Amino acid sequence: MYDIAIIGAGIAGSYIARELTRYKLDIVLLDGENDVGNQITMANSAIVHAGFDAPAYKLKGKFNATGNLMYDKVCEDLDVPFKRCGSLVVAHDEYEMATIHELYQNGLKNGVPGLKILFKEEVHAMEPNINEDICGALYAPTAGIVSPFELCVHVAENAVDNGVTLKLNHMVTAIDKADDHFKITTNAGEIEAKFVINAAGVYADDIYEMVGEPYFQLLARKGNYFIFDKEAGSLVNSVVFPCPSKKGKGILVAPTVHGNLLIGPDAEPVDKGDISTTTERLDYIKQNALKNCPSLPFNKIIRSYAGLRNTPIKDTFTTTDGDFIIEESPVKGFINVAGYESPGLTSIPAVAHYVVEELVKPLIPDIEENHDYNPKVRKHLRFDEMTEEEKVEIIKQDPKYGKVICRCETITEGEIIDVIHRSAGARTVKSVKKRCRAGMGRCQGGFCSPRVVEILARELNCSLDDIMYDQQDSTYILSGHTKSVKEEA
Amino acid sequence: MIYDVVILGGGPAGLAAAVEAKNDGAEQVLILERDRELGGILNQCIHNGFGLHTFNEELTGPEYAERYIQKVIDLNIPYMLDTMVLDMHDNGDLKSIHVINEENGYMIIETKAVVLTMGCRERTSGAIGIPGYRPSGVFTAGTAQRFINMEGYMPGKEVVILGSGDIGLIMARRMTLEGAHVQAVCELMPYSNGLVRNIVQCLDDYDIPLKLSHTITFIHGKDRLEGVTVAKVDEKLKVIPGTEEYIPCDTLLLSVGLIPENEITRNAGVVMDNRTNGAIVGELRQTSMPGVFACGNVVHVHDLVDFVSEEAVLAGKGAAKYIKGDLDTEITFTTTNGDGIGYVVPQQVAMKNVEEKVTFYMRVRQVFQDKVVNAYIGDQLIATKKEKKLLPAEMVNFKISKDVLAQYPAGEIRFVVEEAK
Repeated sequence: MYDIAIIGAGIAGSYIARELTRYKLDIVLLDGENDVGNQITMANSAIVHAGFDAPAYKLKGKFNATGNLMYDKVCEDLDVPFKRCGSLVVAHDEYEMATIHELYQNGLKNGVPGLKILFKEEVHAMEPNINEDICGALYAPTAGIVSPFELCVHVAENAVDNGVTLKLNHMVTAIDKADDHFKITTNAGEIEAKFVINAAGVYADDIYEMVGEPYFQLLARKGNYFIFDKEAGSLVNSVVFPCPSKKGKGILVAPTVHGNLLIGPDAEPVDKGDISTTTERLDYIKQNALKNCPSLPFNKIIRSYAGLRNTPIKDTFTTTDGDFIIEESPVKGFINVAGYESPGLTSIPAVAHYVVEELVKPLIPDIEENHDYNPKVRKHLRFDEMTEEEKVEIIKQDPKYGKVICRCETITEGEIIDVIHRSAGARTVKSVKKRCRAGMGRCQGGFCSPRVVEILARELNCSLDDIMYDQQDSTYILSGHTKSVKEEA
Repeated sequence: MIYDVVILGGGPAGLAAAVEAKNDGAEQVLILERDRELGGILNQCIHNGFGLHTFNEELTGPEYAERYIQKVIDLNIPYMLDTMVLDMHDNGDLKSIHVINEENGYMIIETKAVVLTMGCRERTSGAIGIPGYRPSGVFTAGTAQRFINMEGYMPGKEVVILGSGDIGLIMARRMTLEGAHVQAVCELMPYSNGLVRNIVQCLDDYDIPLKLSHTITFIHGKDRLEGVTVAKVDEKLKVIPGTEEYIPCDTLLLSVGLIPENEITRNAGVVMDNRTNGAIVGELRQTSMPGVFACGNVVHVHDLVDFVSEEAVLAGKGAAKYIKGDLDTEITFTTTNGDGIGYVVPQQVAMKNVEEKVTFYMRVRQVFQDKVVNAYIGDQLIATKKEKKLLPAEMVNFKISKDVLAQYPAGEIRFVVEEAK
């Protein structure tokens, strides 16, 4: 019997699992997917928001700015690329300037440091590629960009290193409350735990309904994005938002922490699981992104994708007010971390601390500190970011770092082997891509994917056609030997 | 040690350039190849049809490569495999090339001249932005070719191909021969982007339909590809509503264009041509950076390897001349693409380096029947090239003799498609 079962190994579940390892607890982290951070965490804007958007009385307002300020330490411990590049909310007229002043005031209430309202000229001095016709902007120096999937993978790795049991491909199908514990049925067996934390993303309402009377619903809202080649990566230096409206933060233009450029997202209610892109939506994004950045080079696009937000909606039982739902539910011992949309990624260090200290601890009176807790992951050796001397040295130590597999991102075989053999390690082509960027570049794996398949098969001791792209069994890459090979055999 | 000529890439362009440079007197020549063997993309092109122009016979890709590899071996030209070039720096007289491999670690190689022969890569589904899901089972045609021909594995069984580039056509036949079912090749344009002989030998002979003016409007399947929606497009390439058709398939191959791989070129500061996506080059494939030459698909995408080899000979000659101080730098002519022409290579000509003729390579923008390509300097028509049919898929090869060019002191040579007179 586990002390705590966490359902969902996205950024919320994984981070809470890691935070819980500060204490001596038996923790299991469950996910229906074949990798951690494979849904909402995989496809979003990758922004660490400053925290001026949400009102202070909401959990979003409470945790955003606090979470943001924890990012330097978190990303240092977890060796995750993070850059405080700042953000601009750009206003085109006096009405939008008024909104910007409101955001500024709200930011002060939320404790966002360094906010400034800039004149047009100041904005253009910082961002020469922003449209001429703007009036001004709200500048937030603490805003940043991060690699959300790397963060999640490293958090999960660290959680496992600190003792968490990670069970992927465990899709929860039923939950039964016994007297003093929960029985969780999955497609891969039954799990018992004294307490449950529900961090199942867009499915958190469905999970809760397995054990309690529904009191919230989640609406899947899809956002489409484009990623541009690194050649376009320096078009903007900071995250450029349009002025927000009731619909949301609008189409942003941002550098990514790896040097690409990202634009998106729109917002469209869809069925859960619908992460398809559509022509109309992609065109809409292009048109809107041009309003702030008229020189976007659309011929430098290398990828489009779509991700989901899990937006809490009102229902007959209560009003969620569009805020995070982070609480012990009416079912004793069952904690919901739901409606966890933007700024969820930014807030997570603060939210995880809150969940553990304020929600879990009171449930376990005799909780003991884990003195062996180590917040750091083993350093990731990123060949491309090394100095010449470091490159010389690492190849001497391990010649596999002298063999480039992904030419677009300069990812070596040494790095790929490393991410396969870490805790919560890579098992699929996509999980290699998430962890070390092989296949993330302009050729999108055209050259390296056969090599990555080969390395995975060798390191995992299986045949090439056993290697999956993403989900277990259903995302095969190769359908068996060619006729010529079969005939030879 | 200081090399005379270092070649970045051991594919057909690199091999031919190395051989020529060595034959022309460059003593210390070195080939750097990132893959595990010499020959480049030819190694996975096991079909025949290579070498008709160069050797007057039909060879397979590996056989064609082998002829040049043998010359490299006979001439004792050293090469390093599994070796990646990270960077190239221009230090005036010498270039330094930063490379790594497993065996020797990090090396800085110094050389007087460099020939860039990195080839090209395929355009991806991401670049053309096909809407829908992002399942497994979507491959560029070249990646699928590698899996089948090099690894011996099939990428799938029920196949749709988008784009009628040559690799896509070749793969339609290859997949069929390996027992897969190729349902259709869809081409956005109203004409094929592949060679006519490939349409005949790879599609017609196997009853594979070529759907011109068709595109894919949606990719279905969250895990593995389940099907594609195909639709007809109008003359503005916009989807015609109501023409959508769902084709179930587990594999989608893309053959939607090739892009020269010029990251090293750009980082080094060589001046580029945004029409070819390659460096601006002269008659001996000299670039804007003295001592740096470029040839093959890294300069512009060729349809026949024979012309790659032909161009590489020029670059090899140029590099050898350069190290001997014999390369003239005075540009006599520049070239430009007029009506109907997409690009022209070379973009510059230094007449003092020209021996008998200059061959201008160019592509037309659309299909033309019974037209000619005319070359003008100012208003003066200097040469005409007649073709029954001009196809964007088939590179025009326009030779102008030194004698004709020598009648003009300088200027811009403009190539245009016009009515035959």
